[in-house]
Amino acid sequence: MIRAGLHALLSHWWRHPFQLVTLMLGLATATALWSGVQAINAEARASYDRAARTLAGSERDILVARDGGDITLDTFVALRRAGWQVSPLIEGRVDTDAGPLNVIGIDLFTLPMDDLPEGIGTFGGSPDFVAGDGQLLVSPATQRRLADAAGLPPRVSLADMPDAVAYTDIGVAQRLLQRETFDRLVIAAPPALNAPPLSQVAPTLARRAARSGNDIARLTDSFHLNLTAFGLLSFAVGLFIVRGAIGLAFEQRRGVFRTLRALGLPARLLLGLLVAELLVLALVAGALGVALGYVIATLLLPDVAATLRGLYGAEVDGALSLRPIWWATGLAIAVLGTAVAAAGSLWKVAHLPLFAPAQPRAWARASDRAMRLQAMASAGLLAVAALLGWVGGGLVAGFVLLGALLVGAALALPMFLSVTLAAFARLSKGPLAQWFWADTRQQLPGLSLALMALLLALAANIGVGTMVNSFRATFTGWLDQRLASELYVTAPSEADAADLRAWLDPRVDAILPIRSVDATLGGAPGEIFGIADHPTYTDNWPLIEAGPDVRDRVASGEAVLINEQLARRETLWPGDTIALPGWTEATIAGVYSDYGNPTGQAMVGLSRFDALFPEAPDLRYGLRVSGDTDALARDLQAAFPGAQVTDQAAIKRLSLDVFERTFTVTAALNVLTLSVAALAILTSLLTLATMRQPQLAPVWALGLTRARLGQLELLRALLLAALTFVAALPVGLALAWVLLAVINVEAFGWRLPMQLFPRDWLWLAALSLLAAGFAALLPAIRLSRLPPNELLKVFAHER
Amino acid sequence: MLKVEKLKKSFAGADGPVPVLRGVDLSLEAGHTLALTGDSGSGKSTLLHLIGGLDTADSGHILLDGTDITTMDDRARAKLRRNSIGVIFQQFNLIPSLDLAANIAFQARLAGTYDADWTDELTRRLGLADHRTKYPEQLSGGQQQRVAIGRTLAARPRLVLADEPTGNLDETSGAEVLSLMLDLVGDTGAALLVVTHSRDLASKMERQLHLRQGVIER
Repeated sequence: MIRAGLHALLSHWWRHPFQLVTLMLGLATATALWSGVQAINAEARASYDRAARTLAGSERDILVARDGGDITLDTFVALRRAGWQVSPLIEGRVDTDAGPLNVIGIDLFTLPMDDLPEGIGTFGGSPDFVAGDGQLLVSPATQRRLADAAGLPPRVSLADMPDAVAYTDIGVAQRLLQRETFDRLVIAAPPALNAPPLSQVAPTLARRAARSGNDIARLTDSFHLNLTAFGLLSFAVGLFIVRGAIGLAFEQRRGVFRTLRALGLPARLLLGLLVAELLVLALVAGALGVALGYVIATLLLPDVAATLRGLYGAEVDGALSLRPIWWATGLAIAVLGTAVAAAGSLWKVAHLPLFAPAQPRAWARASDRAMRLQAMASAGLLAVAALLGWVGGGLVAGFVLLGALLVGAALALPMFLSVTLAAFARLSKGPLAQWFWADTRQQLPGLSLALMALLLALAANIGVGTMVNSFRATFTGWLDQRLASELYVTAPSEADAADLRAWLDPRVDAILPIRSVDATLGGAPGEIFGIADHPTYTDNWPLIEAGPDVRDRVASGEAVLINEQLARRETLWPGDTIALPGWTEATIAGVYSDYGNPTGQAMVGLSRFDALFPEAPDLRYGLRVSGDTDALARDLQAAFPGAQVTDQAAIKRLSLDVFERTFTVTAALNVLTLSVAALAILTSLLTLATMRQPQLAPVWALGLTRARLGQLELLRALLLAALTFVAALPVGLALAWVLLAVINVEAFGWRLPMQLFPRDWLWLAALSLLAAGFAALLPAIRLSRLPPNELLKVFAHER
Repeated sequence: MLKVEKLKKSFAGADGPVPVLRGVDLSLEAGHTLALTGDSGSGKSTLLHLIGGLDTADSGHILLDGTDITTMDDRARAKLRRNSIGVIFQQFNLIPSLDLAANIAFQARLAGTYDADWTDELTRRLGLADHRTKYPEQLSGGQQQRVAIGRTLAARPRLVLADEPTGNLDETSGAEVLSLMLDLVGDTGAALLVVTHSRDLASKMERQLHLRQGVIER
């Protein structure tokens, strides 16, 4: 019985292979976009974990040389003797026969084991590690790579070790790197109670707060959340195709279901067979989608990696590795998506009246009740969106608002189109025009899912496009203001810095020190900058909120400026106070915009900064130059070869490059989403085409040529796409507002002014018409070439 | 083998329940044929659906070989339809994605009583041997109804119910199909209950009953 029932059900797909392809394609595409994004996220997170594990002692404070140089053995010994629990570290690259190798030297006796990669923890140490030639602890992959490398100590392969890195005893590392000093000292435990202060034992060293991989993961969460939201949107658009294909397949088989039931197939078994059929289809399409997602992720990952590196300093490998959990979640989301898309159809089958006559095209005539329900759901969702926009707070509320807005708008689309087409029909004259409008309206139920997918894709394009372009316009202007100095220079050491200032003094208009320290601001890691009292800052600095006499109060050390991120996060505005190290109630005089920076920041007058942080390095300067900047840069570089000189244009170029790459991924996802929507229209039109014959045959018989009917089909698709675009425009702008005023503020901490770009809309409108035109072309050509006897069958009652 | 007693059925209407069957009694012996006639709305099809286990009665009994099917649950009625009853519909109700051979064999396979020789013989006697690989949409109405008859009889049911079996066919095709159906049903020894408007078709049955406003006229 099961075999016979399954045979009857599956035979539908053999007879309608295109429908099967549509279903598989929709599901595979949806899964691909989702799993592609998830693969990128997973790879990035794995990289953060690797980074956290690679850096020995990364989760503890460290001591570094103030001048950026090395730390001597004497300093280390002095600190240990004074009661400072420090452990030395050295890192460097060794060129081997098998390519470069990063060597990290550690001291197993002073560095806590839990600061080391897990592999070393299990290794536990061996006498050979420190004796004789020592040992290099490497991953199995690195072990294989170094198999033939000469001149290296013996290698020990350990599982769960990062690749391309070798851990060894500090003495061995010094020998390999031909150095006698250390890079940094990890503070393994709090200093002894009677230990003298650092400034007394090692005045050349500065303490730097820990910045672990977890910090990076936290900082980049917003970015990954945005990617996930896009993945979800693409998945939702793909599900519209799946919903359409499953709905059509079920409706076309409704008669078969009844017959099967009438012939004695139990209802539960029928339902079970349908679920099994869908499960198999979902798994096959899901596997296909995951494979496709891998390709997408491989293509996008380099841009994501560049973005994360540029924005957050987070290192992500440009290569993707296949993870079992990723395959599993990809397949799970495909099955879940199919379940969501098929739930309505399965419910209908479960409640199918057994002896009612089959209505093969009932699905194409959406009942007034269904339309009313959809309109009510839409109104409800839009009300939720409005409410959240009004009173909601937090990133999750922002995304719920986004979801409610998009789904609510999509559900309202059929009603909008129906009302608009009815209005056109009233205005039309002549039988052909009246038939065209009425017929277009009749097609709405069949096409609405695809058009809803198009609306979502277009709204996402408009919304994200508006956000990116608003961001670009604001960011460019902001960079011009913020990077006012013509040249930026960093001296290699404090001694060089003094010579540098003396050399520069007669050659430039002003030397503006750029001094900073890491500090905790509002309970989170941040930075404090000291700024000189100079018109460069006061004239150009982009303040978004300012109290009275900002310039004088900051310059005199009476008040501070904070960045927008910190202001919004802690709800601190001019007149409020903030606690800085050594200054518990610093009054805020103004708030400045600070795009691209994920952390909080405060600026104090230089004299106050010096008093608060006398140990802060004084190595970087902005230079105001009125003469030939290039010539000065060349002379400066020649006089101080160790100095790092950057001109304003280069920094701007770099900043804009980071910015552009940030949105490369979202732009690519946008294009993919639009492509999926075009695919949805194509598949809907093609599947509807066969069911259109009874509607078109009478019109053909009354004197319209097949070619003319084909043209009208094409026109219909263009018209519906155009109307969908009109509906998508306000939705897209609302989406842009949500992204700029809610999501961005919650995720990144800054708010951008929204700007409009009508030329982009025209371009997108043309693109959507082109997509709809292409999608409708094949069905239109098919119709214009349909053999007359096919149309005659309609009248012969043989269909 | 079939006994219907005081069978009642009503449907919900705008002004309350609308009675369709008001206490029907009838019986049919194995190997015999019976025609049930009546005007539109007289309750013929409803009665057929109830006897076929496609719907449930409000009250009364339907005994098939002594077993009351009105007390059966959905699963048991599905088994009954599968194994004991064959229904021939006016609209043929073939499975469009299966070819002719698969359609004819379908109910027998579902019931687990598939007999290749008997199915072949049926296909040949129904004049469909040259069309085995065709799909329903490629067949004429008469051919489709012959496939439906073949599908029903291939499972060797004890009771065959036919709802206007020639209603969608022209006169010639209708006569051919009816003749074939009577011959084949006779060969299987099944009882045949036909619901029809056609007096001509009814006259070909051994007994005729007329249903008027939900009651059998004697």
